[in-house]
Amino acid sequence: MLLQLAWRNIWRNKRRTLITISAIAFSVFLSAFMISLNKGIFDSMLNGAIEQYFGYAQIHGADYWEDKVIDNSIEFNEILQAIPEKVAEVDDIIPRIESFALASAKDLTAGAFVIGIDPAKENKLTNIEEKLIQGRYLKATENAVIIAEGLAEKLKLQLNDTLVLLSQGYHGVNAVGKYPIQGIFKMGLPDLNKSLVYMPIKTAAYFLGAEGRATTLVLKIDHQKIVPKAIANVQNYMPADQKYTLKSWQQLMPELVETRQLKEGGNYVFIGILYLLISFAIFGTILMMTKERSYEFGVLTAIGMRRKKLFSVVWLETVMVAIVGAITGILMSMPLVYYLKVKPLTVGMMGEEAAAAYEKFGLQDSLPAAFELPIFLYQALIIFLITSVLAIYPLFKIMRLKPVEAMRD
Amino acid sequence: MTVIKASNLTKTYNPDKIPVRALRGVDLAIEKGEFTAIVGPSGSGKTTLLNIIGGLDRPTAGEVEVGGKDISQLSDNQLIDFRKDNIGFVFQSYNLIPVLTAKENVEFVMVLQNRPKAERDKRAESLLTAVGIAEKMDKRPSELSGGQQQRVAVARALASKPAFILADEPTANLDSESTAGLLDMMATMNKEENITFVFSTHDQRVIDRARRVVTLVDGKIVSDERR
Repeated sequence: MLLQLAWRNIWRNKRRTLITISAIAFSVFLSAFMISLNKGIFDSMLNGAIEQYFGYAQIHGADYWEDKVIDNSIEFNEILQAIPEKVAEVDDIIPRIESFALASAKDLTAGAFVIGIDPAKENKLTNIEEKLIQGRYLKATENAVIIAEGLAEKLKLQLNDTLVLLSQGYHGVNAVGKYPIQGIFKMGLPDLNKSLVYMPIKTAAYFLGAEGRATTLVLKIDHQKIVPKAIANVQNYMPADQKYTLKSWQQLMPELVETRQLKEGGNYVFIGILYLLISFAIFGTILMMTKERSYEFGVLTAIGMRRKKLFSVVWLETVMVAIVGAITGILMSMPLVYYLKVKPLTVGMMGEEAAAAYEKFGLQDSLPAAFELPIFLYQALIIFLITSVLAIYPLFKIMRLKPVEAMRD
Repeated sequence: MTVIKASNLTKTYNPDKIPVRALRGVDLAIEKGEFTAIVGPSGSGKTTLLNIIGGLDRPTAGEVEVGGKDISQLSDNQLIDFRKDNIGFVFQSYNLIPVLTAKENVEFVMVLQNRPKAERDKRAESLLTAVGIAEKMDKRPSELSGGQQQRVAVARALASKPAFILADEPTANLDSESTAGLLDMMATMNKEENITFVFSTHDQRVIDRARRVVTLVDGKIVSDERR
């Protein structure tokens, strides 16, 4: 009956209750929507960076990340090759050998970033083939390259022309080679578009005198959530002689992590202000309710209701209003967030300048919202906590209540 | 058998500022089955006396024994439980819980006593039948007249099977017809079930029906008449 009493009490002043519920629902709606959208955009940026190049985790030689030279490459040995078999969370290991070179064609030269790849594996991670605008993708054993559109323009190269590369190979050997251009691709990031050259890893290793070696091993992991477990398991599996370093995407892309933290910080300030305003609305309701019903509280204690029981009814009323408001807000936000996940906002909707900036950094065009249950549940939890704290006021009043004085008032 | 025994009760409000002496050494004993009216002019201390013997307020000095137990020594929670199990209250303004039906209002004290649902249902229905508004048991207080609400309040006061009923100006807000009906009903319960009633009142109609009239003036009992 106490639950029934609390529920009916809520509706004694319908208008006030509805206004409070609406205010709570609106805040939950706004914060859940904003968090989902921002998280979705961040995930989209992350996926873009991962698909473009990084993957969720990479293995390097111990000193490679600080000094990215071919001499700090590692042997892509059987132990490393066996990681996907030994660690369930890792689907594949994708080797790369990376080096800078001087690219030349006729009397033109340009700096080039040469990456030796396993064409099939690399394509599964970064979809290079989809970025081709001319020609065809690489075959595993051919002595050929595909080059970025910007570099081709700079060197005035076309399909089937020959690219000459000069570099310093492993342990200082001279690296020289000439390669037919089988394809031209377009990269989102301007710097990469002006310099990138892909060739089969065997060809690159031969060019650099580094056969059987790799500068980077990308771990293909299916989902962000299992990355920590995957990294831990790979670390356990790998020999502990400090020859390798294993870096997560957060360590590989600290700027992205900082951007997210900055964005989240801004969100928390906004949401904090929103919930502060809502706290005043809820507290206003509690204040009025406590004042209006002090006579009734006096009667209830007079006829034998203990103060704690009385408080629990009042607390239940406040929490019920909060829960109804939170559920309403969640039910309002869920369809919209789901809609924006299925039919995402596009960069184009954000105006031409934003679209150009996104394109420049090679980010995905669509910005789907993140539809994740914890985002919605956290809002309900926050409202519950706020309400529980605010309900201390009637507790304070009820504990100090003197029935005779309350009934006299 | 003495149900209530008040000895040398004094009550002073604002003792540190401008003291108001509401009771000045009141001695009163109420026997089981009495139908007592406490009367007197406004400010004579009727309500204060009723509040103290009902455990709603504490005396400045003196003792109150209910059923042989000194209630002035009880802690706050013990006093609340004592009121719940031993005293039925009827207030001037009925003070029913507006969101509960008549039957639920009567049940409410039994809920606080953790009585089983079946027992609560049976007793609430029987009490509402006894006070003559069985057909209104599913109505909320706002759907009942003042007289009907006060009958529900009497039924609620009786629900916990108390040692006695304290009624503070129970007819103050009622018309003549409702007052007569309510008094008939309470007199019948007093006569047939030996329930003890103590009223504070100005109402001559209540005084006329009382079998004992205690008159207070300036916080002192000036007469105690048994009829």
